[in-house]
Amino acid sequence: MRELAIIAIKEFRDGIRNRWFLGAAGALILFSLSLTFLGSAPAGTVGVDPLAVTIVSLASLSVFLLPLMALLLSYDALVGEVERGTMLLLLTYPLSRADIILGKFVGQTLGLGLATVFGFGSAALVLVFGGVESDNWMAFVMLVGSSILLGAVFVALGLAISAMPRQRSAAAALAFGVWLCLVIVYDMALLGALVADGGEGISTSVFNTLLLVNPADAFRMINLSGFEDVRAAAGLVVSDLEGVADGFAPLVSLGLWVTVPLIFAVMLFRRKQI
Amino acid sequence: MPNNPAILLQGVTKTYDGQNAVDDLSLDVLAGESVALLGHNGAGKTTLIKLILGLVRPDKGNIRILGREPSSPGDDKTRCQLGYLPENIAFYNGMSGAETLAFFARLKRHPLSDCARILARVGLSDAAHKRVSHYSKGMRQRLGLAQALLGNPRVLMLDEPTTGLDPELRTAFYDIVRELEEDGVTIILSSHALTELEAHTRKIVIMRKGCLIASGTIDDLRRRANLPVHIRLITRPGMGAACAEKIPEGVTCERINDHGLDLTLPSERKIDVLRHLSTTVPELDDVDIKLPSLNDLYMHFQKEGVAP
Repeated sequence: MRELAIIAIKEFRDGIRNRWFLGAAGALILFSLSLTFLGSAPAGTVGVDPLAVTIVSLASLSVFLLPLMALLLSYDALVGEVERGTMLLLLTYPLSRADIILGKFVGQTLGLGLATVFGFGSAALVLVFGGVESDNWMAFVMLVGSSILLGAVFVALGLAISAMPRQRSAAAALAFGVWLCLVIVYDMALLGALVADGGEGISTSVFNTLLLVNPADAFRMINLSGFEDVRAAAGLVVSDLEGVADGFAPLVSLGLWVTVPLIFAVMLFRRKQI
Repeated sequence: MPNNPAILLQGVTKTYDGQNAVDDLSLDVLAGESVALLGHNGAGKTTLIKLILGLVRPDKGNIRILGREPSSPGDDKTRCQLGYLPENIAFYNGMSGAETLAFFARLKRHPLSDCARILARVGLSDAAHKRVSHYSKGMRQRLGLAQALLGNPRVLMLDEPTTGLDPELRTAFYDIVRELEEDGVTIILSSHALTELEAHTRKIVIMRKGCLIASGTIDDLRRRANLPVHIRLITRPGMGAACAEKIPEGVTCERINDHGLDLTLPSERKIDVLRHLSTTVPELDDVDIKLPSLNDLYMHFQKEGVAP
Protein backbone atom coordinates (compact mmCIF):
# COMPACT_ATOMS: atom_id res chain seq x y z
CA MET A 1 0.00 0.00 0.00
CA ARG A 2 2.86 2.33 0.92
CA GLU A 3 4.67 1.48 -2.31
CA LEU A 4 1.48 2.01 -4.29
CA ALA A 5 1.10 5.48 -2.77
CA ILE A 6 4.73 6.37 -3.57
CA ILE A 7 4.22 5.45 -7.23
CA ALA A 8 0.87 7.26 -7.35
CA ILE A 9 2.33 10.45 -5.91
CA LYS A 10 5.27 10.29 -8.32
CA GLU A 11 2.96 9.73 -11.26
CA PHE A 12 0.75 12.64 -10.20
CA ARG A 13 3.72 14.95 -9.73
CA ASP A 14 5.13 13.88 -13.10
CA GLY A 15 1.84 14.91 -14.70
CA ILE A 16 2.06 18.30 -13.05
CA ARG A 17 5.75 18.68 -13.80
CA ASN A 18 5.44 18.00 -17.50
CA ARG A 19 2.33 20.24 -17.72
CA TRP A 20 0.19 17.34 -18.87
CA PHE A 21 -2.56 17.92 -16.34
CA LEU A 22 -2.36 21.66 -16.90
CA GLY A 23 -2.90 21.13 -20.61
CA ALA A 24 -5.78 18.75 -20.02
CA ALA A 25 -7.42 21.10 -17.53
CA GLY A 26 -6.91 24.03 -19.90
CA ALA A 27 -8.51 22.18 -22.81
CA LEU A 28 -11.44 21.06 -20.67
CA ILE A 29 -11.96 24.58 -19.25
CA LEU A 30 -11.91 26.01 -22.75
CA PHE A 31 -14.43 23.51 -24.09
CA SER A 32 -16.64 23.73 -21.02
CA LEU A 33 -16.83 27.52 -21.12
CA SER A 34 -17.53 27.70 -24.84
CA LEU A 35 -20.21 25.03 -24.56
CA THR A 36 -21.78 26.83 -21.62
CA PHE A 37 -21.95 30.14 -23.45
CA LEU A 38 -23.20 28.53 -26.64
CA GLY A 39 -25.63 26.38 -24.70
CA SER A 40 -27.20 29.21 -22.75
CA ALA A 41 -28.14 31.14 -25.89
CA PRO A 42 -31.04 28.92 -27.06
CA ALA A 43 -32.05 27.90 -23.55
CA GLY A 44 -33.45 31.28 -22.69
CA THR A 45 -36.09 31.17 -25.41
CA VAL A 46 -37.13 27.53 -25.12
CA GLY A 47 -37.38 27.68 -21.39
CA VAL A 48 -35.23 24.65 -20.64
CA ASP A 49 -33.00 24.73 -17.57
CA PRO A 50 -29.62 26.09 -18.80
CA LEU A 51 -27.80 23.77 -16.43
CA ALA A 52 -29.50 20.78 -18.02
CA VAL A 53 -28.44 22.00 -21.46
CA THR A 54 -24.87 22.43 -20.20
CA ILE A 55 -24.91 18.93 -18.71
CA VAL A 56 -26.00 17.42 -22.02
CA SER A 57 -23.33 19.36 -23.94
CA LEU A 58 -20.58 18.48 -21.48
CA ALA A 59 -21.58 14.81 -21.42
CA SER A 60 -21.53 14.65 -25.21
CA LEU A 61 -18.09 16.25 -25.22
CA SER A 62 -16.67 14.12 -22.41
CA VAL A 63 -17.64 10.90 -24.05
CA PHE A 64 -15.16 11.59 -26.87
CA LEU A 65 -12.55 13.72 -25.21
CA LEU A 66 -11.96 12.04 -21.84
CA PRO A 67 -11.28 8.55 -23.23
CA LEU A 68 -8.80 10.05 -25.67
CA MET A 69 -7.03 12.02 -22.96
CA ALA A 70 -6.94 9.05 -20.61
CA LEU A 71 -5.48 6.75 -23.27
CA LEU A 72 -2.88 9.32 -24.28
CA LEU A 73 -1.84 9.57 -20.67
CA SER A 74 -1.60 5.87 -19.93
CA TYR A 75 -0.76 3.99 -23.11
CA ASP A 76 3.00 4.28 -22.62
CA ALA A 77 3.05 4.19 -18.82
CA LEU A 78 4.61 0.72 -18.75
CA VAL A 79 5.98 0.07 -22.24
CA GLY A 80 7.54 3.55 -22.27
CA GLU A 81 9.41 2.92 -19.04
CA VAL A 82 10.53 -0.49 -20.28
CA GLU A 83 11.78 1.09 -23.50
CA ARG A 84 13.57 3.97 -21.78
CA GLY A 85 15.17 1.57 -19.32
CA THR A 86 13.81 3.01 -16.08
CA MET A 87 11.60 -0.03 -15.45
CA LEU A 88 14.61 -2.32 -15.13
CA LEU A 89 15.85 -0.46 -12.08
CA LEU A 90 12.40 0.06 -10.57
CA LEU A 91 11.67 -3.67 -10.66
CA THR A 92 14.72 -4.43 -8.53
CA TYR A 93 13.19 -2.32 -5.75
CA PRO A 94 11.02 -3.85 -3.05
CA LEU A 95 7.64 -3.34 -4.68
CA SER A 96 5.37 -5.63 -6.63
CA ARG A 97 4.39 -5.22 -10.24
CA ALA A 98 0.81 -4.76 -9.10
CA ASP A 99 1.99 -1.82 -6.97
CA ILE A 100 3.47 -0.19 -10.06
CA ILE A 101 0.33 -0.62 -12.16
CA LEU A 102 -2.16 0.35 -9.47
CA GLY A 103 0.02 3.26 -8.36
CA LYS A 104 0.15 4.59 -11.89
CA PHE A 105 -3.59 4.08 -12.20
CA VAL A 106 -4.33 6.05 -9.03
CA GLY A 107 -1.91 8.87 -9.88
CA GLN A 108 -3.10 9.30 -13.46
CA THR A 109 -6.78 9.01 -12.61
CA LEU A 110 -6.34 11.57 -9.88
CA GLY A 111 -4.64 14.00 -12.26
CA LEU A 112 -7.18 13.54 -15.01
CA GLY A 113 -9.99 13.71 -12.43
CA LEU A 114 -8.73 17.02 -11.11
CA ALA A 115 -8.47 18.38 -14.65
CA THR A 116 -12.11 17.31 -15.16
CA VAL A 117 -13.20 18.98 -11.94
CA PHE A 118 -11.48 22.22 -12.93
CA GLY A 119 -12.89 22.07 -16.46
CA PHE A 120 -16.48 21.34 -15.57
CA GLY A 121 -16.25 23.43 -12.41
CA SER A 122 -15.47 26.48 -14.52
CA ALA A 123 -18.70 25.91 -16.42
CA ALA A 124 -20.62 25.62 -13.15
CA LEU A 125 -19.05 28.82 -11.85
CA VAL A 126 -20.10 30.70 -14.95
CA LEU A 127 -23.68 29.50 -14.49
CA VAL A 128 -23.69 30.36 -10.79
CA PHE A 129 -22.35 33.85 -11.41
CA GLY A 130 -24.80 34.21 -14.26
CA GLY A 131 -27.57 33.86 -11.67
CA VAL A 132 -28.91 30.53 -12.91
CA GLU A 133 -31.25 28.84 -10.49
CA SER A 134 -31.61 25.13 -10.98
CA ASP A 135 -32.80 21.92 -9.33
CA ASN A 136 -30.37 19.88 -11.32
CA TRP A 137 -27.16 20.38 -9.38
CA MET A 138 -27.32 16.74 -8.34
CA ALA A 139 -27.20 15.82 -12.03
CA PHE A 140 -24.15 18.03 -12.43
CA VAL A 141 -22.38 16.34 -9.53
CA MET A 142 -23.27 13.03 -11.15
CA LEU A 143 -21.78 14.27 -14.43
CA VAL A 144 -18.49 15.19 -12.78
CA GLY A 145 -18.36 11.91 -10.85
CA SER A 146 -19.17 9.72 -13.83
CA SER A 147 -16.69 11.68 -15.99
CA ILE A 148 -13.94 10.88 -13.51
CA LEU A 149 -15.07 7.25 -13.63
CA LEU A 150 -15.02 7.32 -17.45
CA GLY A 151 -11.48 8.68 -17.30
CA ALA A 152 -10.56 5.89 -14.89
CA VAL A 153 -11.98 3.28 -17.29
CA PHE A 154 -9.75 4.44 -20.11
CA VAL A 155 -6.69 4.90 -17.90
CA ALA A 156 -7.16 1.26 -16.87
CA LEU A 157 -7.58 0.21 -20.52
CA GLY A 158 -4.49 2.22 -21.45
CA LEU A 159 -2.46 0.47 -18.77
CA ALA A 160 -3.59 -2.94 -20.02
CA ILE A 161 -2.55 -1.86 -23.53
CA SER A 162 0.75 -0.64 -22.14
CA ALA A 163 1.51 -4.00 -20.57
CA MET A 164 1.17 -5.85 -23.86
CA PRO A 165 3.56 -4.88 -26.66
CA ARG A 166 7.33 -4.47 -26.72
CA GLN A 167 7.22 -1.12 -28.54
CA ARG A 168 5.59 2.18 -27.70
CA SER A 169 4.45 2.67 -31.27
CA ALA A 170 2.49 -0.58 -31.15
CA ALA A 171 0.89 0.53 -27.90
CA ALA A 172 -0.08 3.86 -29.47
CA ALA A 173 -1.73 2.12 -32.41
CA LEU A 174 -3.53 -0.25 -30.08
CA ALA A 175 -4.75 2.62 -27.90
CA PHE A 176 -6.12 4.49 -30.90
CA GLY A 177 -7.85 1.32 -32.08
CA VAL A 178 -9.50 0.80 -28.71
CA TRP A 179 -10.71 4.40 -28.63
CA LEU A 180 -12.08 4.13 -32.15
CA CYS A 181 -13.87 0.85 -31.45
CA LEU A 182 -15.40 1.70 -28.11
CA VAL A 183 -16.28 5.34 -28.67
CA ILE A 184 -17.18 5.56 -32.34
CA VAL A 185 -17.44 2.27 -34.22
CA TYR A 186 -19.52 0.52 -31.56
CA ASP A 187 -22.32 3.08 -31.74
CA MET A 188 -22.24 3.19 -35.51
CA ALA A 189 -22.43 -0.58 -35.71
CA LEU A 190 -25.31 -0.61 -33.25
CA LEU A 191 -27.13 2.04 -35.24
CA GLY A 192 -26.48 0.14 -38.44
CA ALA A 193 -27.82 -3.03 -36.90
CA LEU A 194 -30.96 -1.23 -35.76
CA VAL A 195 -31.59 0.24 -39.19
CA ALA A 196 -30.98 -3.04 -40.97
CA ASP A 197 -33.14 -4.85 -38.48
CA GLY A 198 -36.01 -2.41 -38.88
CA GLY A 199 -36.91 -2.69 -35.21
CA GLU A 200 -38.01 -6.31 -35.54
CA GLY A 201 -35.52 -8.60 -33.84
CA ILE A 202 -33.68 -6.28 -31.48
CA SER A 203 -35.92 -5.65 -28.50
CA THR A 204 -35.54 -2.62 -26.22
CA SER A 205 -33.99 -4.71 -23.47
CA VAL A 206 -31.42 -6.26 -25.82
CA PHE A 207 -30.61 -2.82 -27.17
CA ASN A 208 -30.25 -1.39 -23.68
CA THR A 209 -28.01 -4.25 -22.65
CA LEU A 210 -25.83 -3.64 -25.69
CA LEU A 211 -25.56 0.01 -24.67
CA LEU A 212 -24.82 -0.95 -21.11
CA VAL A 213 -21.81 -3.14 -21.89
CA ASN A 214 -20.01 -0.31 -23.69
CA PRO A 215 -18.41 2.12 -21.23
CA ALA A 216 -19.07 5.20 -23.38
CA ASP A 217 -22.74 4.33 -23.70
CA ALA A 218 -23.03 3.45 -20.04
CA PHE A 219 -21.67 6.92 -19.35
CA ARG A 220 -24.30 8.45 -21.64
CA MET A 221 -27.02 6.47 -19.86
CA ILE A 222 -26.00 7.85 -16.51
CA ASN A 223 -25.92 11.44 -17.67
CA LEU A 224 -28.60 11.73 -20.32
CA SER A 225 -31.35 9.64 -18.80
CA GLY A 226 -30.88 9.95 -15.07
CA PHE A 227 -32.72 13.22 -14.52
CA GLU A 228 -36.01 14.44 -15.91
CA ASP A 229 -34.89 17.90 -17.09
CA VAL A 230 -31.71 16.52 -18.60
CA ARG A 231 -33.71 13.92 -20.50
CA ALA A 232 -35.86 16.72 -21.86
CA ALA A 233 -32.82 18.71 -22.88
CA ALA A 234 -31.30 15.63 -24.51
CA GLY A 235 -34.55 14.96 -26.34
CA LEU A 236 -35.08 11.51 -24.93
CA VAL A 237 -38.44 9.96 -24.27
CA VAL A 238 -38.78 8.67 -20.74
CA SER A 239 -39.85 5.18 -21.67
CA ASP A 240 -36.87 4.70 -24.03
CA LEU A 241 -34.48 3.68 -21.36
CA GLU A 242 -36.33 1.69 -18.82
CA GLY A 243 -35.30 -1.54 -17.21
CA VAL A 244 -31.56 -2.13 -17.38
CA ALA A 245 -30.73 1.53 -17.80
CA ASP A 246 -32.24 2.36 -14.47
CA GLY A 247 -30.41 2.70 -11.25
CA PHE A 248 -26.95 1.40 -10.74
CA ALA A 249 -26.49 -0.84 -13.76
CA PRO A 250 -24.45 1.70 -15.80
CA LEU A 251 -22.32 2.47 -12.75
CA VAL A 252 -21.65 -1.24 -12.23
CA SER A 253 -20.71 -1.50 -15.90
CA LEU A 254 -18.18 1.33 -15.58
CA GLY A 255 -16.86 -0.21 -12.36
CA LEU A 256 -16.25 -3.49 -14.15
CA TRP A 257 -14.58 -1.65 -17.02
CA VAL A 258 -12.11 -0.29 -14.47
CA THR A 259 -11.38 -3.48 -12.55
CA VAL A 260 -11.21 -6.03 -15.36
CA PRO A 261 -8.61 -4.17 -17.47
CA LEU A 262 -6.57 -3.50 -14.33
CA ILE A 263 -6.54 -7.18 -13.38
CA PHE A 264 -5.67 -7.98 -16.98
CA ALA A 265 -2.83 -5.43 -16.93
CA VAL A 266 -1.37 -6.88 -13.74
CA MET A 267 -1.55 -10.42 -15.12
CA LEU A 268 0.12 -9.44 -18.38
CA PHE A 269 2.81 -7.38 -16.71
CA ARG A 270 3.66 -10.09 -14.19
CA ARG A 271 4.47 -12.50 -16.99
CA LYS A 272 6.61 -10.02 -18.85
CA GLN A 273 10.37 -10.46 -18.66
CA ILE A 274 12.21 -7.19 -18.77
CA MET B 1 25.72 -16.35 8.84
CA PRO B 2 29.22 -15.52 7.67
CA ASN B 3 29.85 -18.93 6.15
CA ASN B 4 26.63 -19.21 4.18
CA PRO B 5 27.04 -18.17 0.58
CA ALA B 6 25.40 -14.81 -0.07
CA ILE B 7 24.82 -15.85 -3.65
CA LEU B 8 24.36 -19.46 -4.69
CA LEU B 9 23.63 -20.70 -8.20
CA GLN B 10 23.28 -24.37 -9.05
CA GLY B 11 23.05 -25.59 -12.64
CA VAL B 12 21.29 -22.45 -13.80
CA THR B 13 20.23 -22.33 -17.44
CA LYS B 14 18.41 -19.48 -19.15
CA THR B 15 17.43 -19.70 -22.79
CA TYR B 16 16.49 -16.81 -25.06
CA ASP B 17 15.11 -17.72 -28.48
CA GLY B 18 16.66 -21.18 -28.39
CA GLN B 19 20.08 -19.90 -27.40
CA ASN B 20 21.49 -20.46 -23.96
CA ALA B 21 22.35 -17.06 -22.55
CA VAL B 22 23.43 -18.79 -19.36
CA ASP B 23 24.27 -22.46 -19.64
CA ASP B 24 24.31 -24.83 -16.66
CA LEU B 25 26.16 -22.33 -14.50
CA SER B 26 27.06 -22.95 -10.88
CA LEU B 27 28.61 -20.31 -8.68
CA ASP B 28 28.77 -19.42 -5.04
CA VAL B 29 29.87 -16.17 -3.54
CA LEU B 30 30.45 -15.84 0.18
CA ALA B 31 29.23 -12.94 2.23
CA GLY B 32 31.72 -10.10 2.03
CA GLU B 33 33.43 -11.50 -1.02
CA SER B 34 33.89 -9.32 -4.06
CA VAL B 35 33.76 -10.91 -7.45
CA ALA B 36 34.73 -9.55 -10.83
CA LEU B 37 32.67 -10.95 -13.65
CA LEU B 38 34.48 -11.02 -16.98
CA GLY B 39 33.48 -12.14 -20.42
CA HIS B 40 33.12 -11.09 -24.01
CA ASN B 41 30.09 -9.11 -25.16
CA GLY B 42 27.12 -11.43 -25.06
CA ALA B 43 28.83 -13.91 -22.73
CA GLY B 44 25.81 -13.77 -20.44
CA LYS B 45 27.09 -11.43 -17.74
CA THR B 46 24.05 -9.17 -17.75
CA THR B 47 21.69 -12.13 -17.93
CA LEU B 48 23.46 -13.65 -14.94
CA ILE B 49 23.02 -10.40 -12.99
CA LYS B 50 19.36 -10.22 -13.97
CA LEU B 51 18.88 -13.81 -12.82
CA ILE B 52 20.42 -13.01 -9.46
CA LEU B 53 18.18 -9.94 -9.15
CA GLY B 54 15.10 -11.99 -9.98
CA LEU B 55 14.29 -9.88 -13.04
CA VAL B 56 14.30 -13.00 -15.18
CA ARG B 57 13.52 -16.51 -14.02
CA PRO B 58 15.84 -19.40 -14.80
CA ASP B 59 14.61 -22.19 -17.08
CA LYS B 60 16.55 -24.71 -15.03
CA GLY B 61 18.49 -24.72 -11.80
CA ASN B 62 18.39 -23.07 -8.40
CA ILE B 63 19.25 -19.58 -7.29
CA ARG B 64 19.48 -18.46 -3.68
CA ILE B 65 20.28 -14.91 -2.65
CA LEU B 66 20.86 -14.47 1.08
CA GLY B 67 19.19 -17.84 1.46
CA ARG B 68 16.06 -16.97 -0.51
CA GLU B 69 14.79 -17.41 -4.02
CA PRO B 70 15.10 -14.05 -5.79
CA SER B 71 12.13 -14.09 -8.14
CA SER B 72 9.50 -15.14 -5.64
CA PRO B 73 6.90 -12.38 -5.72
CA GLY B 74 6.51 -10.12 -2.73
CA ASP B 75 9.88 -11.05 -1.36
CA ASP B 76 10.63 -7.50 -0.31
CA LYS B 77 12.99 -8.40 2.47
CA THR B 78 15.66 -9.71 0.10
CA ARG B 79 15.19 -6.90 -2.39
CA CYS B 80 15.71 -4.33 0.35
CA GLN B 81 19.16 -5.82 0.81
CA LEU B 82 20.08 -5.74 -2.87
CA GLY B 83 21.66 -2.82 -4.65
CA TYR B 84 21.87 -2.71 -8.42
CA LEU B 85 23.58 -0.41 -10.87
CA PRO B 86 22.43 -1.35 -14.39
CA GLU B 87 24.73 -1.20 -17.39
CA ASN B 88 22.86 1.57 -19.20
CA ILE B 89 21.23 3.40 -16.37
CA ALA B 90 18.19 5.51 -17.15
CA PHE B 91 16.38 7.87 -14.83
CA TYR B 92 13.21 9.90 -14.99
CA ASN B 93 14.41 12.91 -16.95
CA GLY B 94 12.06 15.43 -15.42
CA MET B 95 13.34 14.93 -11.89
CA SER B 96 16.44 16.39 -10.28
CA GLY B 97 19.15 14.18 -8.82
CA ALA B 98 17.96 14.81 -5.28
CA GLU B 99 14.33 14.08 -6.19
CA THR B 100 15.33 10.88 -7.95
CA LEU B 101 17.28 9.68 -4.95
CA ALA B 102 14.44 10.64 -2.58
CA PHE B 103 11.97 8.66 -4.71
CA PHE B 104 14.12 5.54 -4.56
CA ALA B 105 14.88 6.11 -0.88
CA ARG B 106 11.16 6.08 -0.07
CA LEU B 107 10.76 2.78 -1.88
CA LYS B 108 13.66 1.25 0.02
CA ARG B 109 12.59 2.82 3.31
CA HIS B 110 15.88 4.59 3.60
CA PRO B 111 15.73 7.76 5.74
CA LEU B 112 15.37 10.79 3.46
CA SER B 113 17.60 12.78 5.77
CA ASP B 114 20.49 10.53 4.73
CA CYS B 115 20.16 11.23 1.00
CA ALA B 116 22.31 14.35 1.10
CA ARG B 117 25.13 12.34 2.67
CA ILE B 118 24.93 9.70 -0.07
CA LEU B 119 24.93 12.37 -2.78
CA ALA B 120 27.99 13.89 -1.19
CA ARG B 121 29.65 10.49 -1.03
CA VAL B 122 29.38 10.07 -4.80
CA GLY B 123 30.31 13.71 -5.38
CA LEU B 124 26.98 14.98 -6.64
CA SER B 125 26.19 17.58 -3.97
CA ASP B 126 26.63 20.52 -6.32
CA ALA B 127 24.44 19.05 -9.04
CA ALA B 128 21.79 17.67 -6.69
CA HIS B 129 19.11 20.09 -7.83
CA LYS B 130 19.88 19.93 -11.51
CA ARG B 131 17.54 17.96 -13.73
CA VAL B 132 18.81 14.47 -14.51
CA SER B 133 18.27 15.14 -18.24
CA HIS B 134 21.12 17.67 -18.04
CA TYR B 135 23.49 15.19 -16.36
CA SER B 136 26.59 13.92 -18.11
CA LYS B 137 27.22 10.19 -18.45
CA GLY B 138 29.57 10.27 -15.48
CA MET B 139 27.04 12.08 -13.31
CA ARG B 140 24.33 9.59 -14.21
CA GLN B 141 26.67 6.78 -13.31
CA ARG B 142 27.34 8.39 -9.94
CA LEU B 143 23.65 8.89 -9.30
CA GLY B 144 23.25 5.24 -10.23
CA LEU B 145 25.80 4.27 -7.63
CA ALA B 146 24.07 6.53 -5.10
CA GLN B 147 20.75 4.74 -5.55
CA ALA B 148 22.49 1.37 -5.33
CA LEU B 149 23.83 2.38 -1.92
CA LEU B 150 20.35 3.10 -0.53
CA GLY B 151 19.13 0.78 2.17
CA ASN B 152 22.68 -0.28 3.10
CA PRO B 153 22.62 -3.33 0.83
CA ARG B 154 24.24 -6.62 1.75
CA VAL B 155 24.65 -7.58 -1.91
CA LEU B 156 25.62 -5.11 -4.58
CA MET B 157 25.46 -5.83 -8.31
CA LEU B 158 27.40 -3.39 -10.47
CA ASP B 159 27.10 -3.92 -14.22
CA GLU B 160 29.95 -2.14 -16.03
CA PRO B 161 30.07 0.56 -13.39
CA THR B 162 33.11 2.53 -14.55
CA THR B 163 32.23 3.12 -18.19
CA GLY B 164 32.09 6.84 -18.81
CA LEU B 165 33.96 7.78 -15.65
CA ASP B 166 37.21 9.70 -15.87
CA PRO B 167 40.28 8.26 -14.08
CA GLU B 168 39.79 10.42 -11.01
CA LEU B 169 36.20 9.32 -10.59
CA ARG B 170 37.19 5.73 -11.20
CA THR B 171 39.58 5.88 -8.29
CA ALA B 172 36.91 7.48 -6.12
CA PHE B 173 34.51 4.79 -7.26
CA TYR B 174 36.83 1.95 -6.29
CA ASP B 175 37.48 3.65 -2.96
CA ILE B 176 33.77 3.43 -2.24
CA VAL B 177 33.73 -0.19 -3.38
CA ARG B 178 36.61 -1.01 -1.04
CA GLU B 179 34.88 0.67 1.91
CA LEU B 180 31.79 -1.40 1.20
CA GLU B 181 33.87 -4.56 1.02
CA GLU B 182 35.33 -3.75 4.40
CA ASP B 183 31.79 -3.41 5.74
CA GLY B 184 31.15 -6.97 4.57
CA VAL B 185 29.06 -6.19 1.51
CA THR B 186 29.09 -8.83 -1.22
CA ILE B 187 29.90 -7.18 -4.52
CA ILE B 188 29.55 -8.50 -8.03
CA LEU B 189 31.14 -6.27 -10.60
CA SER B 190 31.16 -6.85 -14.31
CA SER B 191 33.60 -4.96 -16.44
CA HIS B 192 35.82 -4.85 -19.47
CA ALA B 193 38.44 -2.72 -17.79
CA LEU B 194 40.75 -5.57 -16.86
CA THR B 195 43.65 -3.53 -15.57
CA GLU B 196 41.36 -1.81 -13.09
CA LEU B 197 39.93 -5.04 -11.80
CA GLU B 198 43.33 -6.57 -11.27
CA ALA B 199 44.01 -4.04 -8.55
CA HIS B 200 40.57 -3.95 -7.01
CA THR B 201 38.94 -7.33 -6.79
CA ARG B 202 39.75 -10.54 -5.05
CA LYS B 203 37.86 -13.23 -6.93
CA ILE B 204 37.57 -13.41 -10.68
CA VAL B 205 34.95 -15.27 -12.67
CA ILE B 206 35.35 -15.60 -16.42
CA MET B 207 32.38 -16.43 -18.61
CA ARG B 208 32.25 -17.54 -22.20
CA LYS B 209 29.09 -18.21 -24.19
CA GLY B 210 27.00 -18.54 -21.03
CA CYS B 211 29.39 -20.95 -19.31
CA LEU B 212 31.71 -20.31 -16.44
CA ILE B 213 35.18 -21.16 -17.73
CA ALA B 214 37.39 -20.08 -14.84
CA SER B 215 37.04 -18.74 -11.34
CA GLY B 216 39.38 -17.98 -8.47
CA THR B 217 41.79 -15.35 -7.23
CA ILE B 218 44.28 -13.97 -9.69
CA ASP B 219 46.96 -16.21 -8.17
CA ASP B 220 44.72 -19.27 -8.60
CA LEU B 221 44.19 -18.36 -12.20
CA ARG B 222 47.91 -17.82 -12.78
CA ARG B 223 48.66 -21.21 -11.31
CA ARG B 224 46.02 -22.90 -13.40
CA ALA B 225 46.90 -21.16 -16.64
CA ASN B 226 50.63 -21.73 -16.02
CA LEU B 227 51.52 -19.00 -18.44
CA PRO B 228 55.21 -18.19 -18.97
CA VAL B 229 56.81 -15.42 -16.98
CA HIS B 230 58.64 -12.65 -18.77
CA ILE B 231 61.86 -11.24 -17.36
CA ARG B 232 63.60 -8.27 -18.86
CA LEU B 233 67.31 -7.94 -18.20
CA ILE B 234 69.17 -4.68 -18.51
CA THR B 235 72.93 -5.11 -18.74
CA ARG B 236 75.80 -2.65 -18.83
CA PRO B 237 76.12 -0.99 -22.27
CA GLY B 238 77.22 -3.39 -24.98
CA MET B 239 77.20 -6.44 -22.73
CA GLY B 240 73.91 -7.87 -24.01
CA ALA B 241 75.47 -10.46 -26.30
CA ALA B 242 77.87 -11.69 -23.63
CA CYS B 243 75.04 -11.98 -21.21
CA ALA B 244 72.84 -13.92 -23.63
CA GLU B 245 75.38 -16.73 -23.72
CA LYS B 246 74.99 -17.36 -20.01
CA ILE B 247 71.21 -17.91 -20.10
CA PRO B 248 70.35 -21.42 -18.82
CA GLU B 249 68.69 -24.17 -20.88
CA GLY B 250 64.93 -24.09 -21.44
CA VAL B 251 64.66 -20.31 -21.36
CA THR B 252 63.86 -18.41 -24.53
CA CYS B 253 66.01 -15.38 -24.93
CA GLU B 254 65.37 -12.47 -27.22
CA ARG B 255 67.71 -9.50 -27.66
CA ILE B 256 66.11 -6.06 -27.82
CA ASN B 257 69.26 -3.98 -28.22
CA ASP B 258 72.89 -4.14 -27.12
CA HIS B 259 72.03 -3.94 -23.43
CA GLY B 260 68.54 -5.43 -23.16
CA LEU B 261 67.27 -9.05 -23.15
CA ASP B 262 63.80 -10.50 -22.89
CA LEU B 263 63.51 -13.92 -21.27
CA THR B 264 60.45 -16.14 -21.45
CA LEU B 265 60.36 -19.04 -19.00
CA PRO B 266 57.92 -21.35 -17.24
CA SER B 267 56.76 -19.74 -14.01
CA GLU B 268 58.06 -22.57 -11.78
CA ARG B 269 61.62 -21.85 -12.93
CA LYS B 270 61.43 -18.17 -11.99
CA ILE B 271 63.42 -18.33 -8.71
CA ASP B 272 65.84 -20.81 -10.20
CA VAL B 273 66.70 -18.61 -13.13
CA LEU B 274 66.93 -15.45 -11.02
CA ARG B 275 69.35 -17.14 -8.63
CA HIS B 276 71.45 -18.34 -11.55
CA LEU B 277 71.53 -14.89 -13.12
CA SER B 278 72.50 -13.09 -9.94
CA THR B 279 75.46 -15.37 -9.33
CA THR B 280 76.79 -15.94 -12.87
CA VAL B 281 76.03 -12.71 -14.72
CA PRO B 282 77.87 -9.80 -13.08
CA GLU B 283 77.13 -7.55 -16.10
CA LEU B 284 73.52 -7.30 -14.95
CA ASP B 285 72.27 -3.82 -14.10
CA ASP B 286 68.55 -4.34 -13.57
CA VAL B 287 65.79 -6.96 -13.82
CA ASP B 288 62.12 -6.43 -14.43
CA ILE B 289 59.76 -9.34 -13.80
CA LYS B 290 56.43 -9.34 -15.56
CA LEU B 291 53.86 -11.84 -14.27
CA PRO B 292 50.98 -12.71 -16.57
CA SER B 293 48.46 -9.88 -16.26
CA LEU B 294 44.74 -10.37 -15.90
CA ASN B 295 44.54 -9.43 -19.54
CA ASP B 296 46.90 -12.31 -20.48
CA LEU B 297 44.96 -14.71 -18.27
CA TYR B 298 41.66 -13.58 -19.68
CA MET B 299 42.84 -14.10 -23.25
CA HIS B 300 44.27 -17.47 -22.31
CA PHE B 301 41.04 -18.76 -20.78
CA GLN B 302 38.89 -17.30 -23.53
CA LYS B 303 41.04 -19.10 -26.11
CA GLU B 304 41.05 -22.37 -24.25
CA GLY B 305 37.40 -22.16 -23.38
CA VAL B 306 37.63 -25.15 -21.06
CA ALA B 307 35.64 -25.70 -17.92
CA PRO B 308 37.60 -25.42 -14.67
